[in-house]
Formats: sequence, structure tokens, C-alpha cells
Amino acid sequence: MQHFEDTKTRAIVRPMQTIITIKNLSKTYASGLQALKHINLDIRRGEIFALLGPNGAGKTTLISTICGIVRPSEGSICVDGHDIITDYRAARSMIGLVPQELTTDAFESVWATVSFSRGLFGKRPDPGYIEKVLRDLSLWDKKDNRIITLSGGMKRRLLIAKALSHEPQVLFLDEPTAGVDVNLRRDMWQLVRSLRNSGVTIILTTHYIDEAEEMADRIGVISNGEIILVEDKVELMHKLGKKQMTLLLKQPLDRVPPELNDYRLELSADGGELTYTYDTQSERTDIVTLLDDLNTLGIRFKDLQTTQSSLEDIFVSLVRGR
Amino acid sequence: MNLYSIRAIYHFEMARTWRTLLQSIVSPVISTSLYFVVFGSAIGSRISEIDGISYGAFIVPGLVMLSLLTQSISNASFGIYFPKFTGTIYELLSAPISYLEIVVSYIGAAATKSILLGLIILVTASVFVPLRIDHPGWMFVFLVLTAVTFSLFGFIIGIWADNFEKLQFVPMLIVTPLTFLGGSFYSIDMLPPFWRTLTLFNPVLYLVSGFRWSFYGTADVSIGISLGVTALFLAVFVVIVALIFKTGYRLKN
Repeated sequence: MQHFEDTKTRAIVRPMQTIITIKNLSKTYASGLQALKHINLDIRRGEIFALLGPNGAGKTTLISTICGIVRPSEGSICVDGHDIITDYRAARSMIGLVPQELTTDAFESVWATVSFSRGLFGKRPDPGYIEKVLRDLSLWDKKDNRIITLSGGMKRRLLIAKALSHEPQVLFLDEPTAGVDVNLRRDMWQLVRSLRNSGVTIILTTHYIDEAEEMADRIGVISNGEIILVEDKVELMHKLGKKQMTLLLKQPLDRVPPELNDYRLELSADGGELTYTYDTQSERTDIVTLLDDLNTLGIRFKDLQTTQSSLEDIFVSLVRGR
Repeated sequence: MNLYSIRAIYHFEMARTWRTLLQSIVSPVISTSLYFVVFGSAIGSRISEIDGISYGAFIVPGLVMLSLLTQSISNASFGIYFPKFTGTIYELLSAPISYLEIVVSYIGAAATKSILLGLIILVTASVFVPLRIDHPGWMFVFLVLTAVTFSLFGFIIGIWADNFEKLQFVPMLIVTPLTFLGGSFYSIDMLPPFWRTLTLFNPVLYLVSGFRWSFYGTADVSIGISLGVTALFLAVFVVIVALIFKTGYRLKN
């Protein structure tokens, strides 16, 4: 898959400027299910924002509401200052949506369906641009093929091509790598990065924590229709991440010596491993003093390893904590 | 008005017609030809003239109207139902396009297809019977009005339907019988008084009658009433479509 070239839009990228503003958004379905509860969220121009949440948390409802597919019950959404209800034409023309399901026509050609999407979004025909999109997504040699003949991965890329056909400034990717193989997944990540580099703001939902960890600039966690956390990814991992140092002892211990109680060490069942958990946010981790104290007490170790909690650990602890 | 969007949907819908030429055009033309063979030649030769018109020629407006009604409904209902069925409706709902533009695009395409078909059937009919059109302008007005009106009806059915059975229900079990019983193949003067009175409650009678008047200058009911009933249908369907979009019925949650 090729990289999207930086375009003139990159020149106007202002990373900290808000492009989507969501205020007090709620959605209650006719069944009585409250899918979204008083959501307040700002998406910054040019960022990759990952929305994480378990099944049924409200991710797709949130995206569908911003895109105009679901009607909000309460609250407002503005896309680059355009209200999605009162100024829907301007708001929607800025947005491209790649749905979770592989929903495509079957008998249209690749070229026809991407051209249709461009026209549907009110853009004049531009065969040159459609060609560029298809080439960037490695679909050019399939342009005359009927959609039904494409593989799942190609259909996924076709949906992205359709969403990009009208040159949107905001791209929603709802579970973009669900059900795709590892290679294609890596290609997708590369594609998303290059899209961001070309000035497109990306909002993606995913079940794959490593996907968010790999790509996102900021993370939002949604659970039971509520945004429970929005944080810069690095900050989030810094704030909530824990680091552990495990010492493999030369001689097993029966118990942790009382002199080391302040370190809150954990001794493995066989007494052969001593684990120290510390806060990555803290400037002083006391590792050096711990090692000195161990040396003083005559406790020797043959090996040492450190681990850091992943975004997945953080996510699970956040959602479980609700 | 978002003309690029309208054009995109219109072309997309028309493209399906050319892709499915057998189903869209050839099949109705063959069916109509069979009607002429059976009713026009085999049975029609034993039926005397009606209002001075040979039976074969008399049934032409009714046959065109039968195809026009069923095909307008079928084209429009399928056009909007299929994206709902496949899930591609998300693209339509998220596009910067107004409800009016959506309706104009889908109805325009559905009506175009059924008008083309109606004209093809007329040409086919002229092969079998001597055809006369006294009021070509009015004929075209009825053709367009009926196609647009029943395309709107089909659009409503396509939105209402949540399975293929419902999609077929109204055209097969309501519209086709009403068309057969609405004077397509006979003048209501040929019926006993009770059935004649009952037929006056069949709305399709007024469409067929007005259309036939534009051909031969004779009608079961006056041209004014026929036009009025057609306009009434149009108004009712426009109001229902407006309500559907206002409430998001079966389109938006």
C-alpha cells in the first residue's frame, strides 16, 4: 500500500485546534436504551483519536450520531463550527465514514462505486483524484472489477476509498481492522498514519488495544454510554501505567525481611522471585536504595527484569472499575 | 440544490436498469406481447368493438397503465429497499443531501424507467394493433403523472418493507388486482349495475380511464375527475413521504 502524499492541507493543519465539538450529547433509542449519556468531547484537528470501549459501550452510536445516521436525543455536535443539524450540508461534506461491516454493493465496479460516493457527497467528477485514491489503496488494478469478486481486505480498502472520495477533513474508521490478517492490519496502520500526515483528522474505534497503542495520539474510553476518560496516550500510560521489577534470587527466601517492608515487595510462592512495583510518574523510584538494601541484607540475585503495564491493562482496569 | 448528488443517485439507479436489462425491460415487453396474443388475437377476435374501437386497441392503454403502475412501484421500492437490505444506506444518510434531493433522485430514476417501459410497450402494441393517439400531450401528462405518483408509492413501500415478502405484497396483492378490476381490459359499461357501482370505488379505474381518453377520446369517467384522482394520489403520497423523512421512520434511529 502506498503512502498518501502530503497535500496543501498539511500547511493549514493546526494540531491543537478543535475540529469536532460534542456538548452534552445523549441518545436514547425508542426501546428505552440510553446509548449515550451526556457526552462532552473535543476532537483536535489533525490528530488520531482512538475510541475504546467494550461491546455495546456506545462507540458506533457516537460515530453514527456525528455522521447524521442516528438522531441525537439531546445536545449538540459541531464539525469545524458547523452544527450537524442546522448546517448539515457543510458538516457532513467534511466527514468520511468507514463502517464496521463490509457493506458494499455487489455488482458495481470499483471505479463506479467510488465515483458514485464522490458525486453523492456533492463533489464534481474528478477522475484524476479517484485514480490517485485507488492507486494509494492498491486498488487501481481492480478498478474495473465487480465488487463481489474482491477479497475481504480489498473490500475494506474499497470502503476507505469511498470514504476518501470526496476529500474529507475528518475520517471515521469504525473497527478498521476487524477480521483482517496481520499483514493487512499493519498496512492499514501505515495508511492511517499517512492519511493523518496528509492533514486528515482520524477517529477510530477499536477492540484491539495494541492498535490504539500503536497509532493514537489521544485515547477516549467509553463505557455504558459515558466517556470515562480522555487522555493523551503517552500521558495516559505515564499516569496509569505501572512498572514492575522482578529479581530472580540466588537463594530462595522464606519471607520478605521486615527491613524491606517500606518497599511493599511481593515474594513468589517458591520464594525465588521478588517483585517490586513502582509508579512511573514518580521522579524517585527508590530502585537504587532497594538494591543497596538488598545488598546490605546479603540477598543476592542472578537476574533482573522489568515490565510495564500495557494500554490493555489500563483499559481493563478502567472498565472493570466502573 | 445539490445537483451532483442527485445526478450520482440517478445514474446509479439507471445503471442497474442497464445491468439487468432482461429483468427491467425485456421481461415486461414479452409479458405485454403475450397479453396481445391472448386477449387481442385469440379472445379479442370474438369480442365486438367497444365505443367503435377494436378490442385489441382498446386494451392498449390499460396494459400500459398496468405496467406503469407495477413497474413504478417495483423500481422505486427496490431502489430504496436494497440499500437498506445491504446496509449501504449509511452512505446516503451521512451524505450532505436533503430529503427532497433524495426523493427527486430516486423517484426521477424510477419514473424514468417506467416511462421508458411504457413507451416501449406502446411501440410493441403498435406491432399488433392499429394504434391511435388523439391527445398525445395529455397522454404524456398522464404517463408522467402516474409514473411519478406510483414511484412515490413504491418509495414508501420500500421504506416500510423490512423483508422481500413485504416488498412484493402491495404490488402483487393490491395493485395488480385493482388494475385488472379497474377497466384495463373492459369498459365498466359492460358490467352489471352492482359491479359497475363497486368499480367506481377502485381508484385505478380513474387512471386507466383518463389514460384511455388521451388515446381514443372516450372514457368511463370524465377527464377532469381522472386528473383530480391522480393529483389526489400524488398529494397523499407526497405528504406520507414528507412525514417519513420528518420522523425518520425506518430510516434513522
